[in-house]
Amino acid sequence: MMRLTKYTPVLYIIFLMLPIYWLLNMSFKTTNEILGGFSLYPQEFTLVNYKTILTDPTWYMGYVNSMLYVSFNTVISVAAALPAAYAFSRFRFLGDKHLFFWLLTNRMAPPAVFALPFFQLYSAVELFDTHIAVALAHCLFNIPLAVWILEGFMSGVPKELDETAYVDGYSFPRFFFKIFVPTITAGIGVAAFFCFMFSWVELLLAKTLTSVDAKPIAATMTRTASTSGYELGLLAAAGSLTIVPGAFVIYFVRNYIAKGFALGRV
Amino acid sequence: MATIALDKLRHSYMADPQAPEDWALKEVDINWSDGGAYALLGPSGCGKTTLLNIISGLVTPSEGRILFNGQDVTHLPPDQRNIAQVFQFPVIYDTMTVYDNLAFPLRNRRVDEAKVDRRVREISEMLELDDMIDRRAAGLSPDAKQKISMGRGLVRDDVNVIMFDEPLTVIDPHLKWKLRSKLKELHQRVGVTMIYVTHDQTEALTFADQVVVMQDGEVVQLGTPVDLFERPGHTFVGHFIGSPGMNVLPCDMRDGRAFFADTQVSIENGVQGLKGDERLELGVRPEFVRFADTGIPAEIIKVADTGRNQLVEARAQGQRINVLVPEGESVPSEGAHLMFDPNKTRVYANGWLVEG
Amino acid sequence: MAIRTENNKAWLFVIPVVLLVAFNAVVPLMTVVNYSVQETFGDNLFFWHGLGWFEDVLRSERFHASLARQLLFTGIILAIEIPLGVMIALTMPKKGPWVPVCLVLMALPLLIPWNVVGAMWNIFALPEIGFLGYVLNEIGFDYNMTQSPLAAWFTVVLMDVWHWTSLVVLLAYAGLISIPDAYYQAAKIDGAGRFAVFRHIQLPKMKQVLTIAILLRFMDSFMIYTEPFVLTGGGPGNSTTFLSIDLVKIALGQFDLGPAAAMSLIYFLITLGVSWVFYTIMTRHDVR
Repeated sequence: MMRLTKYTPVLYIIFLMLPIYWLLNMSFKTTNEILGGFSLYPQEFTLVNYKTILTDPTWYMGYVNSMLYVSFNTVISVAAALPAAYAFSRFRFLGDKHLFFWLLTNRMAPPAVFALPFFQLYSAVELFDTHIAVALAHCLFNIPLAVWILEGFMSGVPKELDETAYVDGYSFPRFFFKIFVPTITAGIGVAAFFCFMFSWVELLLAKTLTSVDAKPIAATMTRTASTSGYELGLLAAAGSLTIVPGAFVIYFVRNYIAKGFALGRV
Repeated sequence: MATIALDKLRHSYMADPQAPEDWALKEVDINWSDGGAYALLGPSGCGKTTLLNIISGLVTPSEGRILFNGQDVTHLPPDQRNIAQVFQFPVIYDTMTVYDNLAFPLRNRRVDEAKVDRRVREISEMLELDDMIDRRAAGLSPDAKQKISMGRGLVRDDVNVIMFDEPLTVIDPHLKWKLRSKLKELHQRVGVTMIYVTHDQTEALTFADQVVVMQDGEVVQLGTPVDLFERPGHTFVGHFIGSPGMNVLPCDMRDGRAFFADTQVSIENGVQGLKGDERLELGVRPEFVRFADTGIPAEIIKVADTGRNQLVEARAQGQRINVLVPEGESVPSEGAHLMFDPNKTRVYANGWLVEG
Repeated sequence: MAIRTENNKAWLFVIPVVLLVAFNAVVPLMTVVNYSVQETFGDNLFFWHGLGWFEDVLRSERFHASLARQLLFTGIILAIEIPLGVMIALTMPKKGPWVPVCLVLMALPLLIPWNVVGAMWNIFALPEIGFLGYVLNEIGFDYNMTQSPLAAWFTVVLMDVWHWTSLVVLLAYAGLISIPDAYYQAAKIDGAGRFAVFRHIQLPKMKQVLTIAILLRFMDSFMIYTEPFVLTGGGPGNSTTFLSIDLVKIALGQFDLGPAAAMSLIYFLITLGVSWVFYTIMTRHDVR
C-alpha cells in the first residue's frame, strides 16, 4: 500500500505527459504519415511542420500577436493594480468593501456573456483587431485577480515601514517605488505570473476581438482544424510551440509555485 | 515513572559525518532519576532540541542507547515509549473541543469512556481549563492552548516523562510567570519526570531541580541551579548564567600560582593536573569582585545604577571586568584596585574548570 | 490586519483600476441589459419587450437542457478533481530535489492555451490515430467521440481532469506544506492513526485552500467554453453543448440579441449567486 502512494505522483505525471508527448509525436510526422497509421514515435522524423510555422508569417505572427497582447495586459494589469491594492491594504474609504467585492465578481463573469458586447464595444471605439483591445479586454478578469493577490502580499508588510518613511521625509512616490515595491517583489511576481497565465490561455475573447492584424495563434490554429485541410502535423507543431512559453515561465517561477498558489493569504 | 539513562549518545543529521562540526550531539552520558524536574539549558544550536527528540523517540540517534528503567528503547517509536511532549507553539486539534482534545490520547489507546471522562475532568481542573472545557479549541488564547497541549500529556497515567520544548515561546511576557508556576505546581502534584528545554536561564533555574547546560552538542555541566551559579564547571556556564555573566580573564601560571596582569591572584581550585599547554583563564563573578586599596589596578569606564546595586564596567590590562557593587557602597572615582574573592575565583583550562 | 487610516483620497489610487474594469464591465453589461428587454426586427429599430425574453429563456427546453448538461458536467468535475487533487497532494514529497520537478511538470497543463488543450485531446482521442482512441478500441471498447455521446462525455471529462486537477493539487499542496512538523509529531505521540491524522490535522488545515480550489473549479467549469468546443464542437448533436457554448451559438451564431442577452444575464446571475455563497463561507474564516 505504501508503494502505491509513493508512485502516485509519478503515475499522475505520466498521465499528464501522455497527451503532450502525443502532440510532440505528431508534430514530427508528416500529415500523410499520421493518417497512414498508428505509431508510438515518428517512423520518418521530420521538421517540415516546424519549418512551415517558423517561416510563414500567417503562422508565426500568431505567436507574436499573442505574446504582444499578453505582455501588454500583464503590464497594464499589474501597474493599475499596484496603487489600488495599496489603497485597499492601507486605507479605509467610502465603499471600499463593496468596491473590492465588485472587482471580484468580474472574475466570476462568464466570458461567453461578454463575447458579443465586447465585439460591439471595441468596434465602436475603433479598437477592433488591435492588440490593445485584447489586452484591455483581459483586464476584466486579470485586474481583480492582481489586486487580490497584491493586497494579500501588501497586508503582510507592516505599516511601520510607511510611517518611518513618512517621518524620514520621503515623498509618497519616492517611498512607494524605492522602499515599498521592493518588499513585495514576490507578490508582483505572483500577480504577473497569473496575469500572464490567464491572458495567454484565454481564447474566446481573443478570437472575438481580432481578425487579421492582431490574430492570436489560437485563431490561426482553428483555421487549420476545419474539415477541409485538416493538417494534423502542422496543427500538432503549432500546438507544441504554444507550450514553450508556458514551460519557460513555470521554470522561472518554479521555486515560488507552491507559495504563490497559496496567494500569500493562506 | 522511570529512570532515564543516556548511554554514549551521539547524533549527526548527515549521512556521513566527518568532522566534529557534523555532529549535532557529540557525546552525551546522563542518568536521570525518577520524578525529577530537569532543564536542558543552552543557546540555539547547542543540541538540546535534538537531545529532546531522541528521548521522545522522534529521532533515532546515530550512536548510543537510551534506556527507560533499564530497558533499551532506542529504536521504539514515540507512542510506545509512554512519553508526552509539549512544543514551542501550541499543538492542538482545532476542530475539537477542549474536552475532546484532552480525551484524544486516551481514546486512541481505547480507554473506556468512564475513565476518560474522569481523567479529562481531573486534568482540566488542575490546569484551570474547566470553565472552557466544552469550547472549541481553535478560538482560545495561546496560553490556554499551551495548557491543552500540556494536558494531553498529563491525561495519560502511563507517562514516563513529559518533555517541554521551549513551551513559553509564544506566551505573552506577563503570562509567562503564571504558566511557569503552574508547571512547577503540576510537577509537585503529579510527580512525573519532567524535562524542560530552554535557552532562557530564568526559566531553567526556577523550574528545575537539576540543570543540564549544553553547548555545541556537549553537556558542559550538570548540577543544581545553585551549583551552576556558585561553581561553574565551564566558562560557558559562568558566562551564560547570571546577569551579567562571570568575568573570564586570561591568566598564566607561574610556579603553580595564578597571575593576571602581573598580579598574583588566589584561587579556589587546585591546579596540579595542568600540563602547561592549555589556554588558561580566570573566572570570577562580578558579585565576587571588590574594590580595595591593593590588588589589580583598574580604570573605571562606566557605572550603571540598576536599582538594587551598581554595575561597574572596569578595565585592567585591556580586559573588561564587570563589578557588582551593592547599594550603599561607594565606587572609587580613580586609582581603583580590584580584589577577587579567593573562594570564588577559579582557573579554567580550555574552558573547563581545573579539578586538582 | 494593521489599522487602516480613514482616507477618502484613497479613491485616487483606485481610479485606474475602476476605469479599466468598469469600461469592460459596466458598458457591455448595460448593452446586454438593454438588449435583454428589447426586441428588434432589424434595421436598428428596437421595441420594448419587457421581461419577455427572460420568460422565454427560462421556459425554453433548450436552456433547460444546456443548464442540465452544465450542472451535470460541473458536478462530475468537482466530484473527481477535488478528491483526486487532494489525494495526489497528500502523496507528494514535502522536501527534496524532486519537489520542484514535480511541481513544474504538474503545472504544465495549466499554462497551455485552452484551444491547444482541446486540439491536443482531439488528436489524442481519434479512433485510429490517437493514442487514447487506438488503445481503447484495441481493448475492445467501441470508442468514437464524434458518434457516441457517452464517448464524447467521457473524453470531455477526462480532458478537464487532465487539464485542471493540477490546480487543486498545487493549492492543496501549498496548504499541506504549511503544516509544521510538530503537529505530526504530536499526533504520533498521541497515538493517532493515519486516518485520524488526515481528519484532525491535514483536512482542517487545508480548509481555506480547498475552499479556494472548489470556488475556482466551480466557477471555471461552469463558464467553460473553449476546450469542449474545440474538442467536440458541442456534439455529437448537442450532447456536449454546455451553457457557454450554447450562449455563443445563439449570440454570435444566430445573432438573436434578445434571447442571448436574457440568457447571458441569467447565466451571470446563477454563477454570481453560487460564487457569492462560497465567497461568504470563505471570508468568514478571514476575520482575524
